Amino acid sequence: MAENLEVKELADVAVRFSGDSGDGMQLAGNIFSTVSATVGNSISTFPDYPADIRAPQGSLTGVSGFQVHIGAGQVYTPGDKCDVLVAMNAAALKTQYKYAKPGAAIIIDTDSFGAADLKKANFQTEDYLGELGIDPDRVIACPITQMVKDCLADSGMDVKAILKCRNMFALGLVCWLFDRDLDIAYNFLKEKFAKKAGVAEANIKVIQAGYDYGHNTHSSVANVYRIETKNKVPGRYMDITGNKATAYGFIAAAEKAGLKLYLGSYPITPATDVLHELSKHKSLGVTTVQCEDEIAGCASAVGASFAGALAVTSTSGPGICLKSEAMNLAVIMELPLVVLDVQRGGPATGLPTKSEQTDLLQALFGRNGESPMPVIAATSPTDCFEAAYAASKMALEHMTPVILMTDAYVANGSGAFKLPNLAEYPAINPPYVPEELKGTWAPYLRNEETKVRYWAVPGRQGFEHILGGLEKDNKTGAISTDPENHDLMTRLRQEKIDKIPVPDLEVEGDKDDADLLIVGFGGTYGHLHAAMDEMRAAGKKVALAQFKFINPLPANTSEVLKKYKKVVVAEQNMGQLAGWLRMKVDGFVPYQFNQVKGQPFVVAELVESFNNIINK
Amino acid sequence: MAYTQNDFKKGQPRWCPGCGDHFFLASLHKAMAEIGVDPWNTAVISGIGCSSRLPHYMATYGMNTIHGRAAAIATGAKVANPNLTVWQVSGDGDGLAIGGNHFIHANRRNINLNMILLNNRIYGLTKGQYSPTSPRGFVSKSSPYGTVEDPFRPAELCFGARGHFFARAVATDAPGTVEVLKAAYNHKGAAVCEILQNCVIFNNGTHDAVYSKEGRAQNAIYLKHGEKMLFGENNEYGIVQEGFGVKAVKLGEGGYTEADVLVHDAKCEDNTLQLKLAEMEWPVALGVIRDVDAPTYDDCVTAQIEEVKAAKKYHNFAELLETNDIWEVK
Repeated sequence: MAENLEVKELADVAVRFSGDSGDGMQLAGNIFSTVSATVGNSISTFPDYPADIRAPQGSLTGVSGFQVHIGAGQVYTPGDKCDVLVAMNAAALKTQYKYAKPGAAIIIDTDSFGAADLKKANFQTEDYLGELGIDPDRVIACPITQMVKDCLADSGMDVKAILKCRNMFALGLVCWLFDRDLDIAYNFLKEKFAKKAGVAEANIKVIQAGYDYGHNTHSSVANVYRIETKNKVPGRYMDITGNKATAYGFIAAAEKAGLKLYLGSYPITPATDVLHELSKHKSLGVTTVQCEDEIAGCASAVGASFAGALAVTSTSGPGICLKSEAMNLAVIMELPLVVLDVQRGGPATGLPTKSEQTDLLQALFGRNGESPMPVIAATSPTDCFEAAYAASKMALEHMTPVILMTDAYVANGSGAFKLPNLAEYPAINPPYVPEELKGTWAPYLRNEETKVRYWAVPGRQGFEHILGGLEKDNKTGAISTDPENHDLMTRLRQEKIDKIPVPDLEVEGDKDDADLLIVGFGGTYGHLHAAMDEMRAAGKKVALAQFKFINPLPANTSEVLKKYKKVVVAEQNMGQLAGWLRMKVDGFVPYQFNQVKGQPFVVAELVESFNNIINK
Repeated sequence: MAYTQNDFKKGQPRWCPGCGDHFFLASLHKAMAEIGVDPWNTAVISGIGCSSRLPHYMATYGMNTIHGRAAAIATGAKVANPNLTVWQVSGDGDGLAIGGNHFIHANRRNINLNMILLNNRIYGLTKGQYSPTSPRGFVSKSSPYGTVEDPFRPAELCFGARGHFFARAVATDAPGTVEVLKAAYNHKGAAVCEILQNCVIFNNGTHDAVYSKEGRAQNAIYLKHGEKMLFGENNEYGIVQEGFGVKAVKLGEGGYTEADVLVHDAKCEDNTLQLKLAEMEWPVALGVIRDVDAPTYDDCVTAQIEEVKAAKKYHNFAELLETNDIWEVK
């Protein structure tokens, strides 16, 4: 490090890599987050990719971004705005500059700012920095394309392959800027390209070139940054996305329960990565069937459940619409099933790659008849593991379909995941019908306490039975249209769900004397927590209660919600959780913060709005 | 273990007297007894409709599910538990209208299911609307002036979806039905059995030409693999090839002799002639029309899992975790 360079110590920093969809920004971001996590920084990442399959190169709609937030202490979100913006072309600078903080460092590839590039990005003049009001002193303007070509001139690679390494040059520059140890990045690449040594070697060479470029020409930026590590929790970690963590949760639960894991699914953004992940792990006996449609995805899972598997179907909101009839079949047949809804922007096809929380009421009520179904919402990428495990355990032990809700933000975002030890997780004990009931057993015979019926898996002699979508007699299991029986069965199905034990709602922050309680559910946890932290740092008395278990609600829900003077329910919909809580807690009238932009909350906006509520 | 029909019987069917479902049910009980798979290793899965009540009258495991989804649900049951013998039972509406997508994909994937299609060419449970197998011009409550659409021909749909087994029987013909059910069980893969049957209330007489023994003697041909395609009360007719098609001829007339009569080949990979046979209007082809071996989906899924297990070094969750890039914070 040159001596005249100012080294700034930061508590946290956000870096946004942006470029064409094919520029490999996500890989660059992933390596950077892994390198940072390896030295003990906390990390949170978020990809922002376009819905177009392949927008024209260099066009505004084809820009894809990947934001990495690293911190000395805990970071809860990928950060509202970035401290460093990497823009691989003119369109990226144009669309992504709004995500940069005032004073952020901007890294650009000047080779992608030619006349044609500027035109495609709708710049009016050649002074693109001026048009956006960017101070040139903050810009590291580097002919990345040319330098990568020079660097790999002797590699024997063709131009197309060489250009694919541009992202690594940018990564090298960023690693220099944050004083990162390149060996960690090199090891990552060597493992990733274990079978393509040439590719790994070329990428490593380019990272080094980017790093050296930064080192040799540092005069173009004012400072470099250093993120120290605080509050370390010792242990072994990996970087994990929410979708991968969800898949891991199912695998762990199946192993714990001693059951085969079956996934019936149909590709749909942003849930498809769960199908991809589970399809890889056949060596664990995982069975995945990519079905002909969403309906078959769920229906086949119901069949697999009947046959004795831990059955899962994964989808997003539009898929839930199609699956709802088969989900209801699992309700009335009282079979275990986990339905994963990775929420995206709606209605209809909506905003397929964007994130919302607009499916909550669909999950709770979107089926015909009285159809009670547990709902669990994961609060962060790593929490997807815990939530998927809990959903599987609940489904198997209470003989019910369970809806597990995540969202595009949580599913695609990642965090540092402390490797779980499965031995420490609670046992999963499905209520298999005891052998001594042979001869007297009927399908809807229940455990008196939990109201859960017993599970008789085909293959067991003496327990042959029929289930079905028609209402059944509560004793014999025969088809029944008797009015009293239907009323009783409706109540029994409800009571069974109501009796499922869930953990108490936890209050964080100024739990005894908060002037404002922030309430949210699922994937907004990080942003709401960051907002609370910021407000408390400014001297405000604030607390946060984030719902993960939504049906049934935690037993202390009413007590928590009524304890504070003011309560705001903040959610990425028009007030669905607020409505559900008002239905369940007499006299509860919260303030509401509702935003449906398809983007994560912005902490600054939350803080402003919450301060206004306190000051009212 | 030796079973009798009674080992598979349960309850008192509630179909209308004279309904084809009664006849079929009795044949299914008989076929299952002869096949000899234990009732507890058998699952009968239906959708919704009159005929989909059938699992209620089986002493096996069963599900009477939702409209149209029987094939998809059966798929999950079979793939998750390949040791189960799975029978999927649907009517023409359940199987070919609302469930058409699952029907074709179960055939395409070649899942080892015995797929029964009870075809009475009408919606009975909703009281008399035309179905996707009702002929053009069919008058029903929902088509008082006749339909203006062509029906599916189940064999054509099955073959179009690359199905490897197709058989046909008439519900009132117990021996013929038992025979195709056993053949379907013995075939590894998706095995479609079209059962022609009456709806005494809303579509009586739809298969009149072949519904009685006498009618079948005159108007049906029982196809047997490797045997000449002869039919008629005294085997006086035969099926011969003509151009790109087949036709029925009377032997001794038009210069045709028994030597001209085709030998049935249900095992032929190419389904062209099998389709011609399945689509003949006279005589109506009965028995096993196509029965070609092919890898089944469920076998391949199991085999692939075993292959990958042998190739990969991780076999439990803890080992899976170790396949990731891991760092240690001390």
